[in-house]
Amino acid sequence: MGSVAQRDLYARMLRIRLVEEKLAELYPEQLIRCPVHLSVGQEAVAVGVCAALMPDDYAVSSHRSHAHYLAKGGDLKAMLGELYGRVTGCCKGKGGSMHLIDRSVGFLGAVPIVGSTIPIGVGAALGSVMRKESRVTIVFFGDAATEEGVFHEAVNFAVLKQLPVVFVCENNLFSVYSSLAVRQPSTREICEVARGHGIESHRGDGNDVEAVYGLAKAAAEKARAGSGPTFLEFKTYRWREHCGPYYDNHLGYRSEQEFEEWRARCPIARLNQRLLQWGSVAQQDLDGIEAALVAEVEEAVAFAKSSPFPEPQLLQEHLYAP
Amino acid sequence: MTRDLKFFQAINEATDLCLARDPSVYLMGLHVPADPKGVFGTTLGLQKKYGPERVMDMPTSENGMTGVAIGSALVGMRPIMVHQRIEFALLAVEQIINQAANWHYMFGGQNAMPLVIRMLIGRGWGQGPQHSQSLQAMFAHVPGLKVVMPVTPHDAKGLLIAAVEDNNPVIYLEHRWLHDIFGPVPEGHYTVPIGKARTARSGSDVTIVATSYMVLESLRAADLLARNGIEAEVVDVRTLRPLDVGHFIESVRRTGRLVAVDGGWRSLGFAAEILALVAERAYGTLKASPARVTFPDLPSPSTPALAQYFYPRAMHIVNEVRTMMGLPEVTEDQLGIRHETPLDVPDKAFTGPF
Repeated sequence: MGSVAQRDLYARMLRIRLVEEKLAELYPEQLIRCPVHLSVGQEAVAVGVCAALMPDDYAVSSHRSHAHYLAKGGDLKAMLGELYGRVTGCCKGKGGSMHLIDRSVGFLGAVPIVGSTIPIGVGAALGSVMRKESRVTIVFFGDAATEEGVFHEAVNFAVLKQLPVVFVCENNLFSVYSSLAVRQPSTREICEVARGHGIESHRGDGNDVEAVYGLAKAAAEKARAGSGPTFLEFKTYRWREHCGPYYDNHLGYRSEQEFEEWRARCPIARLNQRLLQWGSVAQQDLDGIEAALVAEVEEAVAFAKSSPFPEPQLLQEHLYAP
Repeated sequence: MTRDLKFFQAINEATDLCLARDPSVYLMGLHVPADPKGVFGTTLGLQKKYGPERVMDMPTSENGMTGVAIGSALVGMRPIMVHQRIEFALLAVEQIINQAANWHYMFGGQNAMPLVIRMLIGRGWGQGPQHSQSLQAMFAHVPGLKVVMPVTPHDAKGLLIAAVEDNNPVIYLEHRWLHDIFGPVPEGHYTVPIGKARTARSGSDVTIVATSYMVLESLRAADLLARNGIEAEVVDVRTLRPLDVGHFIESVRRTGRLVAVDGGWRSLGFAAEILALVAERAYGTLKASPARVTFPDLPSPSTPALAQYFYPRAMHIVNEVRTMMGLPEVTEDQLGIRHETPLDVPDKAFTGPF
């Protein structure tokens, strides 16, 4: 493995898992008063990709952005403050869970309109080229976004201008309750569609963080070298409901069996086993990592819950930039 | 030093100046460099001077390329986009309204969005329902956007420079029939502040609040009214959002009468907003019910045979004023108006094709 240790990848995935499981636990309190789209089960893509980046590289994302934000280094307390609608939030409470941002680590923003940040990420890459900056831009999106016109418009332009972009399609097989089968021809892989635009495209196991890291590292280095964009498709699976803290297999849009098959491929458990098998890390060490993360999450939740709400005058502020 | 320039030359000069002053400014639009006429002359010669990276053509991807412009603006560039007709920009409404307009407010004031989108509106020469709509009210409805509509070459240059230097998304609407009008334009750098109206003509009997090309029709109407001793004040709003409300409210308080004139649809339109604001803030000073002169609530037909009844002219404004002053309506014949050119062109030099 390259510059990022397996142990770090494990800790980063576990951190996201613990944050989101905590959110799921707390959500019924009705204090988080905005929609939440949890990434539980999909952590490997966010962590594997972001581990391949430099701190000042850019990333944009969509509605399911908690994992991307945290993996890119986004501030946990500012994220939780935002979900709790507090003035300490990353948008001072104006954005909510679907609009995470932390410009200090290059996380330019997330929005819930499917596909909308794809051209915005490409534009950030164009801007960094025009400004002669050596940055890579990562564009995170889901399988449904590849059905949007802007996806094709943006990929076409990125290829045309050979921009330093890595398109990361997190294919979790569903757009809300609609499976890929009702949205795209079964005879065609998303990766192949992208390849039709003349972009180097690869598929990888989205539940294997080391596989994700390997593909992302190569794509990011290629982009940084000025050799153009890459498209990466990672199949993975969302464990919990599309929006909200619960499980929803009982609704019947997917089978319990399918869910269990994917849960058996948990990216965190898989790396945990590898770490222990290869003897590189002791269980004690992993327990220590978890204990520290649990404490960090508890502290961040306490911070968010005790943060003040914005003052009423904040409603009128920020309409225009000065 | 001030000299007379055409409106399109003023836009070209403003763009040139912005590109020269600030390396983060770039210009992008379909056919911008490829069009031998240079988007009605407004972009002519700029690519030769600044190269294909700063004056660029683009794929026919209005929504995607607006997103690209937004993304570049987020990281410090100052893009100017051009759409040869406003209707093409409708493909980009998702990026303009959901994204460009929201990113500053929604992220708690963190992002600047220095983006200018020029959109051409127009009328005549059979442009038809999808090449002649005036959708200023739609864009001006959205908080977070700024919307300007210059009328004079002076304001065309000064407002474009102000728009490029603004840290917010500015929709810059230019009327095709204004491109060839002459007017004094100072050399060098100057700005016309966004959010400030202009009194185009002073008067004491009625306030005519107008936008874009309809300011010229309003000034014609004011000349005709003056023949009968009626002095109309004409306010060129210049910026629809943020609107300089105080400017025309003050005028209406003096004149006691209001006609709002807008080249856009009537219902829920910009003229309706002007009437609402006057009703709220100057109701007690009104001597007569205010009136609107607008397009009818219909798509714009192509044939000149129907278009002549679609587009309001000076005569319609004159008659609204006469009605509120208790005078009978008059015809163009009675006003001595003879149309030396057909009604579907702005002047004799205009020979199409668009």
